[in-house]
Amino acid sequence: MPMNAHDIESMIKAALPDAVVEIKDLAGDGDHYAATVTSSAFKGKSRVQQHQMVYAALQGRMGGVLHALALTTVTPDN
Amino acid sequence: MADANQIIDNEVKSNDVVLFMKGTPQFPMCGFSGQVVQILNYLGVPYKGVNVLDDETIRQGIKDYSNWPTIPQLYVKGEFVGGCDITREMFQAGELQQLFADKGIPVQQSA
Repeated sequence: MPMNAHDIESMIKAALPDAVVEIKDLAGDGDHYAATVTSSAFKGKSRVQQHQMVYAALQGRMGGVLHALALTTVTPDN
Repeated sequence: MADANQIIDNEVKSNDVVLFMKGTPQFPMCGFSGQVVQILNYLGVPYKGVNVLDDETIRQGIKDYSNWPTIPQLYVKGEFVGGCDITREMFQAGELQQLFADKGIPVQQSA
């Protein structure tokens, strides 16, 4: 069962409360998304660490039910 | 059965550039893997592709090894660089080219 965009956003915001989350449904099939996550929590972290923080927020769904999420992470001041 | 972790560790440490991917560099089986292949080919960087679809223990093992849930995964000189999105972002920013240069890996195309 794929995840809907709202659930993805909720899980990210639960872990990163200040996050601004923008999600696009790339294929219109509820299964292929692109997400841009902006959070001050990313400051001073490498890209790998930033993505891992988002993956942690998704509690193991990334790579499983959520197999196609293109991710961009941004700190608020850049 | 050989330990997947050992096999992965050996690949990462014995190849300057190794891409764990779905399919092969000649025939990627997933769009994300295909994007990284295109970038590496564009840069003319020699690399080894490891097809995780050939071996389920490697497919799961690389996720555990890197603490990273998706494939592809790019390693340069033993260091985990990232997946498709990070590789593409770095390439577009010129950072990937810089990384290869810093690690002493020849890049054909300057961007």
